[in-house]
Amino acid sequence: MELLVPLILTAIGFFVGKNLEQKHYASIKAREKQTLHIPMMNFGAKQDLPHAHEAQMFVGSVVVANDYFKTLSAALRNLVGGRVVVYESLVDRGRREALLRMKEEAIGWGASQIVNVRFETSNIGGQGGGGLAAVEIMAYGTAIR
Amino acid sequence: MNALNNHSLILTTLEGVPGKEIVEHYGLVQGSTIRAKHVGKDIMAGFKNIVGGELKGYTELLQEARKESVERMVMQAEQLGANAVVNIRFATSSVAPGAAELFAYGTAVKVQ
Repeated sequence: MELLVPLILTAIGFFVGKNLEQKHYASIKAREKQTLHIPMMNFGAKQDLPHAHEAQMFVGSVVVANDYFKTLSAALRNLVGGRVVVYESLVDRGRREALLRMKEEAIGWGASQIVNVRFETSNIGGQGGGGLAAVEIMAYGTAIR
Repeated sequence: MNALNNHSLILTTLEGVPGKEIVEHYGLVQGSTIRAKHVGKDIMAGFKNIVGGELKGYTELLQEARKESVERMVMQAEQLGANAVVNIRFATSSVAPGAAELFAYGTAVKVQ
């Protein structure tokens, strides 16, 4: 019985988590295609921008957590070291989502391009080791029109 | 729309404001907030942690914190008589378990 609960949680995490992740990736890819016409770059601070009449900062942020299965598999991975693939997809999802949120808001404002984009990541680990593993990701940049 | 756009100051992450010229520098301005997690949201986040994905309650918390730190930075810039803040950067850190700091800083300038 004591073993059963974590086992069920892991199973739920694995199946539901996988499903949610696939859905999220599908939505990310679709939105990335939709917003492809607005160029985004991480330089632009020192250049002259002759086409720009107005500039405005935009921020996109997201907090993503990993599922029970991923927590467990990362803990196992910790024993032998190496790439933690399950966490890679988590941060990747978060970064792309944050970037898209910023971009979509900038497009709503009428941006022609977004320059000097920066990322900021931090984990909100909770209490000790037993807390939840979540990362907060912010993407920010200057939209010009 | 975003609350960042509600004030009259121009905010950019660039070193200047496109199409305008910087006539005066007022130096560094900053704003920070430290937010603790909400117990109810934390419980919901605990459930969400089984299946993973976005923690919407925390995303909102982060957005509120960000708006507030930017507002504080803007307030400081306004007091100096600036009409723009350029080269804005954000930094985050977890100060204590369950509490997160969000820090915004930039250079207050006057543009024409």
